[in-house]
Amino acid sequence: MVEYGDIRVVYRGGSKINFRKPVISNDSRFLLCASGESVKVFSSVTEECVHELRGHTGQVTGVLLRPSNHLQVYSCSTDGTVRLWDFTDGILVRTYVVGYPVYSIYASLNHKEVVFIVTPVQSDKRTELFQLVAVNLPQTPDQLVEARDLSAVLSDVSSNPSTIAFGRGGEYLASVNNLKMEIYFFKKNKSYSFSLREYTKNGGKNTFTCIACHPKDDCVATGHDDGKIRLWRNFKQKKEYTYSTLHWHHSAVSSLCFTPEGTNLLSGGVESVLVQWRYNQENQKDFLPRLGAAITHVTVSPDGALFSTSHSDNKITIIQSCVKVSAVIQGLVKGENVTTGLLVDPRSKALVLNGRPGHLQFYSLQRDKLLFHLDIVQQEYIHEAGLEQFEVVRAAFDASGLWLATVEERKQKSAELELNLKLWSFDEQTQSFVLNTTVSAPHEARITAMCFSQAADSQTTTLVSASRDGHFKAWQLGLPAHTDDEGPSWSCDFVGAYHGLVPRCCCFSADGSLLAVGFQEVVTVWNPTSWELLTTLSQPPGDVRNLCFGQLSCSKYLLGSNNKKMVCCWNLLTCSLEWSTSMDVSLLLVDSRSENMAAFCCQDGSTDLFVFKPSEPRPLFSQKAVCSGRVIHAVFTPREVMLESSEESSQWLNRSQLYFLTEFMDLLTFSTKAEEEKLMASSKQLVIDDTVAMTPFYLLLGKHRHEHLGNEESAERTPLPQSSVAIKELLQTPAHVLPATSFLCSMFAKSLLISVTETSHHCFLSSSVSVVQISHSLYRGALSLTFSGVFWCKSYKEFKFYPLKIAS
Amino acid sequence: MASFKPTQIPDLPKLGEKITEDTLYWKNYKAPVQIKEFGAVSNIDFSPVSPHNFAVTAFTRIHIYGPFSQEPVKTFTRFKDTAYCGRFRSDGQLLVAGCEDSVVRLYDVGGKAALRMYKGHTKAVHVADFTTGRYQILTASDDYTCRLWDIPNAVELTAYQEHTDYVRCGVTSKLNRDLFITGSYDHTLRVFDSRTEKSVMTMDHGQPVESLLLYPSEGLLVSAGGRYVKVWDLLKGGQPLVSLKNHHKTVTCLALNSSGQRLLSASLDRHVKVYNTTNYKVVHNFDYAAAILSLGLAPDDESIVVGMTNSILSIKHRKNLEEPKETSKPRRRPSYRVFMKGKNFVPKQDDYFVSKPARQHLAKYDKQLKRFNVSKALDTALEAWLRRKKPEVTVAVIKELDRRGTLKNALAGRDEEQLSRLLCFVIGNFFDTRFTPVLATTAEIVLDIYQCVIGQSAVIDRHLIHLQKLLEKEIYYQKDLMEILGMLDTMFAFSLLRKELICVLQHYDDLSQL
Repeated sequence: MVEYGDIRVVYRGGSKINFRKPVISNDSRFLLCASGESVKVFSSVTEECVHELRGHTGQVTGVLLRPSNHLQVYSCSTDGTVRLWDFTDGILVRTYVVGYPVYSIYASLNHKEVVFIVTPVQSDKRTELFQLVAVNLPQTPDQLVEARDLSAVLSDVSSNPSTIAFGRGGEYLASVNNLKMEIYFFKKNKSYSFSLREYTKNGGKNTFTCIACHPKDDCVATGHDDGKIRLWRNFKQKKEYTYSTLHWHHSAVSSLCFTPEGTNLLSGGVESVLVQWRYNQENQKDFLPRLGAAITHVTVSPDGALFSTSHSDNKITIIQSCVKVSAVIQGLVKGENVTTGLLVDPRSKALVLNGRPGHLQFYSLQRDKLLFHLDIVQQEYIHEAGLEQFEVVRAAFDASGLWLATVEERKQKSAELELNLKLWSFDEQTQSFVLNTTVSAPHEARITAMCFSQAADSQTTTLVSASRDGHFKAWQLGLPAHTDDEGPSWSCDFVGAYHGLVPRCCCFSADGSLLAVGFQEVVTVWNPTSWELLTTLSQPPGDVRNLCFGQLSCSKYLLGSNNKKMVCCWNLLTCSLEWSTSMDVSLLLVDSRSENMAAFCCQDGSTDLFVFKPSEPRPLFSQKAVCSGRVIHAVFTPREVMLESSEESSQWLNRSQLYFLTEFMDLLTFSTKAEEEKLMASSKQLVIDDTVAMTPFYLLLGKHRHEHLGNEESAERTPLPQSSVAIKELLQTPAHVLPATSFLCSMFAKSLLISVTETSHHCFLSSSVSVVQISHSLYRGALSLTFSGVFWCKSYKEFKFYPLKIAS
Repeated sequence: MASFKPTQIPDLPKLGEKITEDTLYWKNYKAPVQIKEFGAVSNIDFSPVSPHNFAVTAFTRIHIYGPFSQEPVKTFTRFKDTAYCGRFRSDGQLLVAGCEDSVVRLYDVGGKAALRMYKGHTKAVHVADFTTGRYQILTASDDYTCRLWDIPNAVELTAYQEHTDYVRCGVTSKLNRDLFITGSYDHTLRVFDSRTEKSVMTMDHGQPVESLLLYPSEGLLVSAGGRYVKVWDLLKGGQPLVSLKNHHKTVTCLALNSSGQRLLSASLDRHVKVYNTTNYKVVHNFDYAAAILSLGLAPDDESIVVGMTNSILSIKHRKNLEEPKETSKPRRRPSYRVFMKGKNFVPKQDDYFVSKPARQHLAKYDKQLKRFNVSKALDTALEAWLRRKKPEVTVAVIKELDRRGTLKNALAGRDEEQLSRLLCFVIGNFFDTRFTPVLATTAEIVLDIYQCVIGQSAVIDRHLIHLQKLLEKEIYYQKDLMEILGMLDTMFAFSLLRKELICVLQHYDDLSQL
């Protein structure tokens, strides 16, 4: 990543967890999955991430339990290494350097200390050819081992890991690629291949998509592009093979899996239905429908108690084998395009963006966890390719987080655009958003921008939506017309237009007293209370792309960027141009906590960032080539704890963080060195004892209990007397120069006494019964002095000491 | 696993005005009984005693109608000229009326000829009323004076000459026998006390005062004049409380309902408006055929009587609260025991409690949609009850099918009966603007699918021709509307011309900076 002083760009959150098949540990307690450059270990009960196994320098492409030791796991990566981990403790055991990028990894019980990997064929770099290679893993105690003992098993295999499977504990190996299936018998060292025609008579596509081998029987199940599943039998002879066909899926079968005993076959596809077929009674099947998104992988735990399905929306579902969902591990959902942009929920400080189709996701940045999905569309999602369905295209929060406005639209080729504007109010009791008002067809064309009045203290909240139909509308919360109505609902308050131009952006000033609407190349400024056009600002040529008001001390400025590579700053007091500069700004955003503004400029394939104050000519911070590609969305999120950075270049990160999303759907942020150190420290504190499943509840209560225990200990221990000079002497003087023990004893006991200046009567200075243990190791042998005594004191001058036990 | 999300039935905005308790109350009157009088009905007064007859003053006669009769029970005709303001005494025995010939006449309700005649005014007497003391009469006249008369002796007691124009309305206090209030065309309201020489309070209405009304508590006074109805607080020395301007012509008459919660005002603009007396908002409105001169409300709001300039008296009687008709005998339901079975079971100590998940209830069409039975779901949605009573449900199901991309499949393969049912529904709801977009798509798909079989069934052809005619009509209508919209736009543009011009100029300025 790019470095600049001590500020650097880091990936933050939202790594993919559905890239490869997850692995469930033998005791079904953990679920391991490849996630970016690391392997994540989740608890299968509580859905928490217990460990993150870091070490690979490339994308992890496969995770595999070690057949000989079920507490260890192999992972392979495109960096050309296979690593062995102890996943219960999160320790890297060994690294095997293969030297070629590894795309998937397999192993079987029959082949001790051999793993099979898929690597690209080296000879021909132009065509994407892959081969299956057996790697002998040398058994040495070293941390880093070169594994160069490679032998090719099969050539021309697919890089997709679900196209290769081992049968009957490793007797044979089956691989499919396009229209060809190849079965290789290790004992005979012979392979048979079977191929299908591309199209069936009915026009279905026969391409193989996945394969699974029965663990006990000689049976191979293959999934096909047209949704068929074929069960191949008797394939030991090339001529006499047979197959039977199962058909339920309407489009490609993406994953197949047999249960460990071989009684059931699981299949999944784009329908997001997990189908459980009974082996040998294939007309009986169970369904688990509506899993949320297309299934990409299906796995079964080694004891058969748990199933897990990976989904295309970056989710892993853990299913008990009685076909009941028990847990859902959800990562940040990244669709093809984020139309709502990045938003921050003012209440939970969570990042809000498009999630599942028709949903908004709330993603906690601090905990790197998806909090929840809010169902906006509230319609049954039909999992069918090419079907236009409602999508959330715009969302906005008001300043207090009490109201959320969303726009959903559906555009069919032949029919009219369907638009719905929905307003959600936050319900304190259920702690979620409740639908308040639905406005169907709020505008005649697509809504281009939407914003709430940002003044937190104002009585009435105003929402402004601008549309391509040339109007912008202001919506206000109206009181119920009659007492029998349920509550206040939103209604249109004002419709504004300017010469039939199309409004592209709108923005409220920080105190809510001004509204700026950008109509192509003209910026109009309105009074939101009287809906009066106050002034127009214009700096042609070029359509205004972004508009934002300055904050705090710079609130007299209005900034706008247009598509003709200009950034203009108007002074609203004089209604004149303050400054303008030539910059191709693709995104202009304002930090609500400070005067700072950030501008992302796109220049020949990479993006530059400038952070500046509207009132100052020099930018506070600038960085060339922040990332490759365009930045499509960005947001300032307020920090919970302010940073105390004094360096000028990183001061702008003190109050808030800047998150941005590139066109490749990477969520990135800027972090300073101080912040990273802090993070490291906090992550060390969070060392997790996983004998008990980790839950937030446990973290809370366990910590509390620890504190409690500590308190008790300290209460039991009586405070040592202050005059510890004698003790120090006793402990620090070398043993051979020490006087006799009996002498020391009286001196020591004396030192423990609390002196009283009072000289009068007999007063019992009762010191509590104290148990003192001193151990002193002597260099000639361990001699431990143990005093256990009771001290009674009659007056300050004389005392009696009863040694109970002196052991030497 | 998420549960199945049922089809969303949009909560469509209800068309028409909102139904409130007031509308229900004031709509609960029968169709009006209309009686032709001899001239414009200038006054209506209800007798304070049961059976609450009412006196209708019209032209030279006063008719007394019984509460339910359509013929007058009694008629007083001995007037030389137009009679005014026939009013009952508080015991319902005597009736007083002014006249154009300046003579005030007193009648016994049972008799025919006038008992007494009070002569002294020099011009037409428009106001005559009994005071609470029962032995005095208040009159006010176009000679700018108002006078008090002793009933038995027919002697003028006092005369006040403070108004400077015609005195056309007056009320006497029901609580104090010495107090009365008059309103005049000189825009003032004056409160008089018969024990003093001068008026004790004067208020300026701002318009010629046509009618006065005292609240039962007599703390508030309502006056009507011009287009305004004003409420005055007498206890605060005649401070104006509210000024209502809801009519577009002169308000002629005021009334309070029996509970005192609603104020009614009648006007020459042919409307009677009902106000809520707490917030003075109009809660209901009655329309009449002609300009209204007089209004009367029977005790307990049993009837509303309105007299108009076209000499028609309109009487609306309240509908009796009938008991709802006995419907067919109630359906036999399972006994109480069936419902209570197992409800009071207490689990024993070692029992393992298996919680049963609450079953999601789905409508029939939703169940069919869940199973992807699209044709069946459409059939269910088109069942007679659903399509007649809840067309929004049918439309929502069609919309859902369209969203799922299976509407074509659902519409195809229908026989004559099913298709005609579908077309009936489409025709019936096509021009409901809430449903038009969905039904237009449906109609298009139906035409696409069945165009090859058009002409084979007379029923279907008839429906299609009907639909075509309706469409043509609608297009014609829309065209008209567009024209009107254009006209309106021109007018608005003209009225906003100046401001708009400035904007345009500014815009050109901006461009010229270029």
